[in-house]
Amino acid sequence: MRQGASVRLRRDLIALAVIATAYLGASAFVSNSYYQLILTMVPIWAVFGVSWNILSGYGGQLSFGHASFFGIGAYTVTLALVYWDLTPWLGIPLGMLAGAVAAVLIGLPTFRLRGHYFALAMLAYPLAILYVMQYLGFQEMSLPMHRAHPVAYLAFTDPHWYTVTAVGLLIAGTLACMLVENSRFGLALLAIRQNELAAEAAGLNSRLWKMRALIVSGMIAAAAGGLYACVLLVVTPDSVFGMLVSAQAVVVTLFGGVAAVWGPIIGAAILVPLAESLNAELGNYLPGIQGVVYGAAMIIIMLAAPEGLYWTLRDRWFRRALPPPAPLAAATPAPRVAGVHSGGPLLEVVGLSRSFGGLRAVSEVSFAVTEGEILGIIGPNGAGKTTLFNVLNGVLTADDGSATLAGESMLGRKVHQVCRMGVARTFQVVRSFPRLPLLDNVIVGAYGAGLPDHTAVDAAVGALARVGLHRQAGTLAGQLTNKQLRLMELARGLAGRPRLLLLDETLAGLGRDECDEVLDVLARLRDDGMTVVIIEHTMHAMMRIADRFLVLDHGRVLASGLPRDVVENRSVIEAYLGKKWLARQNA
Amino acid sequence: MAGSSPAMTIKGGERKPVDFEVLIENVLNALAAGITIGCIYGLMCIGLGLIFGVMKIVNFAQGELLMLGMFASLYLVTGGGVLAFLGPYIGPFVGAICAGPIVFAGGALLHKFLISRVSGLRTTGTQDEGHFGQLVITLGISLILQNGGLILFGSTPQTVRTPLASRAFEIGPVYGDATVFLNKARLIACAVAIVVAIALYLLLEYTRLGKALRAAADNPTAATYMGINVDRAYRIAFGIGSGITAIAGGLMATYLSFGPFVGFDYVIIMYSGVVLGGMGSILGAFWGGLTVGFVQQCSALVLPPQLQNAAIFVVFLLIIMLRPQGLFGRSAERA
Repeated sequence: MRQGASVRLRRDLIALAVIATAYLGASAFVSNSYYQLILTMVPIWAVFGVSWNILSGYGGQLSFGHASFFGIGAYTVTLALVYWDLTPWLGIPLGMLAGAVAAVLIGLPTFRLRGHYFALAMLAYPLAILYVMQYLGFQEMSLPMHRAHPVAYLAFTDPHWYTVTAVGLLIAGTLACMLVENSRFGLALLAIRQNELAAEAAGLNSRLWKMRALIVSGMIAAAAGGLYACVLLVVTPDSVFGMLVSAQAVVVTLFGGVAAVWGPIIGAAILVPLAESLNAELGNYLPGIQGVVYGAAMIIIMLAAPEGLYWTLRDRWFRRALPPPAPLAAATPAPRVAGVHSGGPLLEVVGLSRSFGGLRAVSEVSFAVTEGEILGIIGPNGAGKTTLFNVLNGVLTADDGSATLAGESMLGRKVHQVCRMGVARTFQVVRSFPRLPLLDNVIVGAYGAGLPDHTAVDAAVGALARVGLHRQAGTLAGQLTNKQLRLMELARGLAGRPRLLLLDETLAGLGRDECDEVLDVLARLRDDGMTVVIIEHTMHAMMRIADRFLVLDHGRVLASGLPRDVVENRSVIEAYLGKKWLARQNA
Repeated sequence: MAGSSPAMTIKGGERKPVDFEVLIENVLNALAAGITIGCIYGLMCIGLGLIFGVMKIVNFAQGELLMLGMFASLYLVTGGGVLAFLGPYIGPFVGAICAGPIVFAGGALLHKFLISRVSGLRTTGTQDEGHFGQLVITLGISLILQNGGLILFGSTPQTVRTPLASRAFEIGPVYGDATVFLNKARLIACAVAIVVAIALYLLLEYTRLGKALRAAADNPTAATYMGINVDRAYRIAFGIGSGITAIAGGLMATYLSFGPFVGFDYVIIMYSGVVLGGMGSILGAFWGGLTVGFVQQCSALVLPPQLQNAAIFVVFLLIIMLRPQGLFGRSAERA
């Protein structure tokens, strides 16, 4: 469970129990079957919204094609009932299985795409399935009635029981969503949504987490679709695979609140009765009124409250300071992982090269870093310093050469795999998860290293203490200063208890005092025996902290050695200050 | 395809492989239809190419702009429309062109009041460049236009009738009895599409306005510093993109029956064309659209009609999967 999960869970569970009881109690008094149908549809669309929320809300992978899973659930239930006489009580789980399979099949190719390309591709699936269904002759399927065994075949004569079933499904879906939100699953998704590369660099396998989210999401959506078929008793490709179905999930969640358990429920509770009653009142004169209402709702909410009603209301009236994390008092320095490796360099790079077209950004670079050492990499802009880091931690592939960490090759691995080897990295431009509290930002690093829940919190708290940020643990990362963000990135790296830290211009943009503070932290890390490779522009800072220098220019190693020797090296001065300066100096 | 399939024929006492002749005829006709329809698709894709390829605005409502173009042309030239006096031969094509300015105005208004809030200067440098907002808002616009269209225009399928749609130039017999039929309505529509595409290309390439539009699209911040009114430039470019797609819609209306929900089938085709042609290039978008139209018509040779639309989606998925983002989008983000 995540930090603070037990409080949140208890509060949400009580709220869920109260709401469900009240809803069912109220629905028992509704005798009009049309209003009862609306009361049944609200939880069904809310469940569908919950499924969308897990993938697109928490995970940030915008899907406009969730009707794929909804429709697959609906058609599985229908076809199983028609051809195999299988009761929907088993048909819905079967549909969920089909939804999970579809999620894998859709996810495998589609997660290669990002951002709007992902959204566009997802849009195409349900429309393609729709045409295939028409081709296969499943235009309009009615569910056969089983009057003899209404309960066994989920074919109630009293429509109130449909509402009860739908609320039951909503409770199950909401519980699933709460479990996701309050576990490392949810934190991983939130981190991926806010900064995928940072999540990867902190050791999270983002493809895997996204795939898990899609599978869970697909299963829930299929369950909603299956129940929908049972309630309406007729399915057509358009009514379950159509664009308006995908839009339902998007609209109720966006309207209610993105990445909030209550979002889809609020959205469905407001929009579904509104659209349905408009449809009933005006549908004869204005046949598309439901779509117009949904479209308008999307636009208005996007312009007025882009995160949805839940967050807007909460920020307006219920803004409370986040409770300070409990175990901060007992912050002990993390125990150092005993160096299993002795003698020889920890990091050894030989002949590493990487080109972009004709430009050799990194060219036959070789160096070694011994354990407990701080190596400073300096060089003018465009010297290939960041590219070197990108190759080392798997953001870019190497063209040639080798890089080993304690004898194990680092190349050819994905970013999160390199992190799992014990290599933490910070970025030239800080990559934070701005909407997560500082502590959660750091916990991502601990989860990324595969630490179990309790150890992860301890490791994160310890890392925050080491960089001196433990007092800000509850602050949102988006509200931190530049220096604090730099230290946060450092702590996120430390939380995974790495063997090697790669720091990319950690001091950039800091004032002199701030610079000194960060340097003190680095000095303490060195005293603890941490091995660090740091890229830096400012010479004076580097002179204070680095044991050895490596100078890059135009992708090549220009010089390396002790700081004193390197700064007096003629070619280094030339690279930094130009030939003219050197000539004048000599004259 | 139009025309009668040749019956079994015997010439010179020698039995010809008739199946092969039929095949040849079908293939040639599919190629001809592919090229003519492809050119119209090309024009349609240029509209989205300006908006998505050049300005990097994700617009889901582009299909509805196409639909508006069809209905604008319909109401201009049929019944008591302003252009009804032009008659059924010239009218539909003039109507298609006139649909351009009408939808241009609509597009510019959409941009001014809605899309400008989630694109351009307001979102440069934000994490996803405003794409989330654009996706949601344009999907909302698309829902409103479709369903609003249903309310305003009704659900009966419509066509801008022209007698030319049922006439064809015959070329051949080319091989045996195999004859190529070129539908006159499509051929004229194709010619109009090419002329409009060339005119737009010249406008963008050689006029001051065109340069300003391209500069604003390329780098809004820099363009602002150079004294270009970026908001206005975006509005005009968005309007042009809308109008061009609408002209293509008006042209398609002459041979296609359409309703308020016609847009969705074409929005996927447009994105396929723009992505295939390489983002950011007007000519590329045209070639991309031409290719997609060509493939679609040729798929008629092997696929049953219901599956042709599904085939387009599969082609679309293949295109965006197989062309890694680096080829048309920004290359890997800087770490």
